[in-house]
Amino acid sequence: MAKVLMKGNEALAEAAIRAGCKAFFGYPITPQNEIPGYMADQLPLRGGVYLQAESEVSAINMVYGAAGAGARVMTSSSSPGISLKQEGISYIAAAELPCVIVNVVRCGPGLGGIQPSQGDYFQAVKGGGHGDYRLIVLAPGSVQEMADLTALGFDLADKWRNPVMILSDGILGQMMEPVDFPDTFEPLQVEKPWATTGAVNRKPNVVNTLDIIAESLEKKVERLLEKYERIKEEEVRWQEEGTEDAEIILVGYGTSARIARSAMEQARQEGIKVGLFRPITLFPFPERRLKDLAGPEKKFLAVEMSAGQMIEDVRLAVEGQSPVYLCRRLGGMVPTPEEVLAKIRELAEGRVSQ
Amino acid sequence: MKTVFQKPEAMTDAQLHYCPGCTHGIIHRLVAEAIDALGIREQTIGIASVGCSVFAYDYFNCDMQQAAHGRAPAVATGIKRVLPEDRIVFTYQGDGDLASIGMAEIVHAAARGENITVIFINNAIYGMTSGQMAPTTLIGQVTATSPRGRSASETGHPIRICELLATLEGPAYLARVSSHTPRHILQAGRAIKKAFEMQQQKKGFALVEVLSTCSVNWGMTPVNAMKWLEENMIPYYPLGVYKDITAEEDE
Repeated sequence: MAKVLMKGNEALAEAAIRAGCKAFFGYPITPQNEIPGYMADQLPLRGGVYLQAESEVSAINMVYGAAGAGARVMTSSSSPGISLKQEGISYIAAAELPCVIVNVVRCGPGLGGIQPSQGDYFQAVKGGGHGDYRLIVLAPGSVQEMADLTALGFDLADKWRNPVMILSDGILGQMMEPVDFPDTFEPLQVEKPWATTGAVNRKPNVVNTLDIIAESLEKKVERLLEKYERIKEEEVRWQEEGTEDAEIILVGYGTSARIARSAMEQARQEGIKVGLFRPITLFPFPERRLKDLAGPEKKFLAVEMSAGQMIEDVRLAVEGQSPVYLCRRLGGMVPTPEEVLAKIRELAEGRVSQ
Repeated sequence: MKTVFQKPEAMTDAQLHYCPGCTHGIIHRLVAEAIDALGIREQTIGIASVGCSVFAYDYFNCDMQQAAHGRAPAVATGIKRVLPEDRIVFTYQGDGDLASIGMAEIVHAAARGENITVIFINNAIYGMTSGQMAPTTLIGQVTATSPRGRSASETGHPIRICELLATLEGPAYLARVSSHTPRHILQAGRAIKKAFEMQQQKKGFALVEVLSTCSVNWGMTPVNAMKWLEENMIPYYPLGVYKDITAEEDE
């Protein structure tokens, strides 16, 4: 198919439908409204169900029901709304139901603002709701990836019986870029013998998260943790540019990675050896590769639109082999390439102490 | 040998965990009998809520989902909307679950005319968590969190769900029944069966509120609890059909 110019939110919605999404449940919140708008328009015409729920809480529980009944299902929201969904997300993870949850992140805390942010990193990758669980978290860096990673998200959700979060932000959702939808895309076909579709000629299926026998629940959570370890082995994704000879490695995902790339190009012109490391999966985090890249002669600079959240995972990954610095903006402000470049220069000249 | 009594096929062999004097077991049986009578066990997906009936997924012999507290109508909506039209979806919820934390979900499922069946157990107390005040606790009723009796000036008045939902256009069938005498149990069984038939006929949202006893948390013998229900709950929660769009069609 020829490339078309689309908003990130619309490309994501179109990709979801092409990936076989059969139901969408959501609630209005800025800056993700193009997703439910697109779904409301297109999904019923293409064999699916669109329903505006009475709240984010209801929307995520509709997702629980539909996913438990075996459908490919999605919800989207933005930061305060994602906070409201956390109880349901914990249940979905506990019941091992596949679904895709989109967070077009805006700035917080509280009602915050409607400008882009990366302040929901901890919530997305460390659990967010109650209990020991993980989401698979994918971080698109372009409108094309808004589409591609959403399609991938549905496959990963079914493959691992695990909720997948697309961690986007207000810029990626709102900006327009050319996007290509492959004609040959075939969604992964996964049998769901556990789904509650009606117990015809079989024993009843139960979708449940309650287990009041401690020994039994411990075993269940251990089994979940083993699954997360396998996901860490098999699903880590990242992108590197110029890391071969880099003395300073920028680490950023999503919008921050785009800004970091501009800063890297300018720094290279000044003769500073800078590379870019862009995690695409935030859980599982590409910690092994970062550890390999680290060393006493290297410096890392995390670029984030948050107080510095991903930087903690970078520090854990490099295990003290390299110093890790932070360049950040908050409150919906976006770092400029010049701000990142200024920080790079300081690091190159050794003017910054950790 | 002739079988004169047997358990419904729609119930499992699991032993019920309910306390002596509780009518959950009776109401489970009524639901299972309705499912058997309509021959829909293999098409039915039930939703257990949070409260004393949380283990209902062990007792009903059909596909089941266990929902977060109050969210059963949302879960039911998700299931009903993605499965083939002949699938029957019901929720089984207590008064704390449905009338307190889940009020938004039940009102909006009803307003949408969601084609599901809701079995609502009103025993005027939180049973599972050891007897706290519920949204349906009567004025003056002593509970763990209204130790001097529920006061209207502090906590308002108990909520009448059938009457409240009857103001909406969405519901097809709303009825309040009781479980305190054999006669009332027979009536309750008929109402529950009707609520499933409404869904089969795609009429829309159907809810049966069943007045129930909690002798342990009410601090009464089972017999006194039945008496207390009749003398105190029924005057405030009158039995009857609050909405039936098929009755209007019949006229």
